[in-house]
Amino acid sequence: MSDTTTKKIEFSPEAKALVEKYISKFPEGKHKSAIISILHLAQAEFNGWLSPEVMDYVAEILNIKPIEVYEVATFYSQYYLKPQGKYVLEVCRTGPCCLRGAEDIIEYTCKKLGIKEGETTPDGMFTVKGVECLAACGEAPMMQVGLDYHVDLTHEKIDSLLDKFKLENKVSRAFP
Amino acid sequence: MADRVKILTQHVNVPGIETFEVYRKHGGYASVEKALKTMSPDDVTEEVKKSGLRGRGGAGFPTGMKWSFVDKKSGKPRYLVCNGDESEPGTFKDRYLMSKIPHLLVEGMITSSFAIGANLSYIYIRGEMMYVVRIIQKAIDEARAAGFLGKNILGTGYDLDLHVTCGAGAYICGEETALIESLEGKRGNPRIKPPFPAIAGLYGNPTVVNNVESIASVPYIVNNGGDEYAKIGVGRSTGTKLISASGHIKNPGVYEIELGLPVDEFLNSPEYLGGSWKSDKKIKAIIAGGSSVPILPLELFLKNAAGEPRLMTYESLSDGGFATGTMLGSGGFFAMDEDTCIVKNTWNLSRFYHHESCGQCSPCREGTGWLEKVLHAIESGHGKQSDIDLLVDIAKKIEGNTICPLGDAAAWPVGSAIRHFRHEFEWHVANPKLAAEPGAVYRA
Repeated sequence: MSDTTTKKIEFSPEAKALVEKYISKFPEGKHKSAIISILHLAQAEFNGWLSPEVMDYVAEILNIKPIEVYEVATFYSQYYLKPQGKYVLEVCRTGPCCLRGAEDIIEYTCKKLGIKEGETTPDGMFTVKGVECLAACGEAPMMQVGLDYHVDLTHEKIDSLLDKFKLENKVSRAFP
Repeated sequence: MADRVKILTQHVNVPGIETFEVYRKHGGYASVEKALKTMSPDDVTEEVKKSGLRGRGGAGFPTGMKWSFVDKKSGKPRYLVCNGDESEPGTFKDRYLMSKIPHLLVEGMITSSFAIGANLSYIYIRGEMMYVVRIIQKAIDEARAAGFLGKNILGTGYDLDLHVTCGAGAYICGEETALIESLEGKRGNPRIKPPFPAIAGLYGNPTVVNNVESIASVPYIVNNGGDEYAKIGVGRSTGTKLISASGHIKNPGVYEIELGLPVDEFLNSPEYLGGSWKSDKKIKAIIAGGSSVPILPLELFLKNAAGEPRLMTYESLSDGGFATGTMLGSGGFFAMDEDTCIVKNTWNLSRFYHHESCGQCSPCREGTGWLEKVLHAIESGHGKQSDIDLLVDIAKKIEGNTICPLGDAAAWPVGSAIRHFRHEFEWHVANPKLAAEPGAVYRA
């Protein structure tokens, strides 16, 4: 059995190819610009959150100081600094979504999963979060899970989505 | 139904329009051919100036003028950056356009990059819309394969590299200097201006940042001439505008309207929003241009203070200033019916701005938190009469005192809600127990 505490953090070959692609989009010497995309990728590759070790690894790849990665990772809301459920259900709760029943969807989903908003189910499958505007107000209420938008939500849709997620047990993470 | 002018969404429902082949068959990339082969960069800028096109992200600054400010004398590389960080609550038009007809944006980027003399350009899309990044990436790859990107485009000697990249969840990155910071791989803290991006933007080089819809309007302008574009619309509100419509209306969605459409027709005609979502529920209030713009009671939205019907134009919606008017903004339009609690809605929006404040300027960092807390107190039945004036005071102290307009954007919804719906706030304070009940709403 491998010792997980000393297991080296390293991107898969596929992820490494994407890192190269992201860096190649920017002029010579401006590779730090790729950090936003690389952190998305790192989060998906390494258990769905950014641990200090993962951030240090990203700093190493970009040849920048770890603090430069922490600065960015702590600023943007899509980066998680603590472990999350396998599926993070991010329900938009802003303005128009609130007018069309976002609170009810959050309440129903939480009740069904037996957790409070912001919490993760004991089996580590689901986290429910109320998040700010996702620019899909015309299809409210809506939520984001992984890279996908799920719109015009109803209790029935939540039921079938939860069933589907449990069955698939794999979050879509095909980064462009 | 009259024939409606559509220049952005004309082909959105054509099967396969997201592919290069089908887009090209429908006249796509003609503006690139025309501009690169028959016009000078200044000619293109001149047409955009003549068109009267105003920035569609919300500020409404003339696009051609913005281009003409770009420093061409320094010899530094110039960049065009497309702002696809659409995050203003109520706004979802850019997502619609990019996902439905991605090549329109790519075409607009090439033609516009040529105009400002950029050889490297970026489309920055908010991180949540990763699936849109994928769509745009595919369109860029197709355009490159067809010879519309890369070296010596169409044999004209013009080189352009175009890339799509993403954010990671931050409303503030819709502010152009914050977007540039983010594009440089940093926190999205807006920069102090001047210098403006046209002089020192991305990597310190001259940069133009334009909204998705603005860039997507350029192919029509180049193909048909700025004068033709300027014939659409009314006065200084030329062209068409995408309106994202949501909330308590019958037909939510994205609409391309000719600027100058009567607001009554837009709100109530079955061709557009179809009025209230429920026949027995009247619309009470409208936020016409994204959550930042002043909320208006229905009556003041439909007609200005003088009783004249309003039009969907920059000028008509702002008629009366903030006392009785609002703004066209980003075109993020949402309606609230009579069961909507304005206090709760205002608190909800304040929570948003508090969450999204970058924290750089203390009036905004502290003020947005105060607004959220005081509004929550009133909403949950713990407010005092003096809190209402406190809110007005906080909003005034944020407004105009911050590096970027997020402070104003946070202050305006609160100021306007109290200006027009003060009775709802007072009712909450006077009836704390009733107000604290779920779904509690003031009724006249």
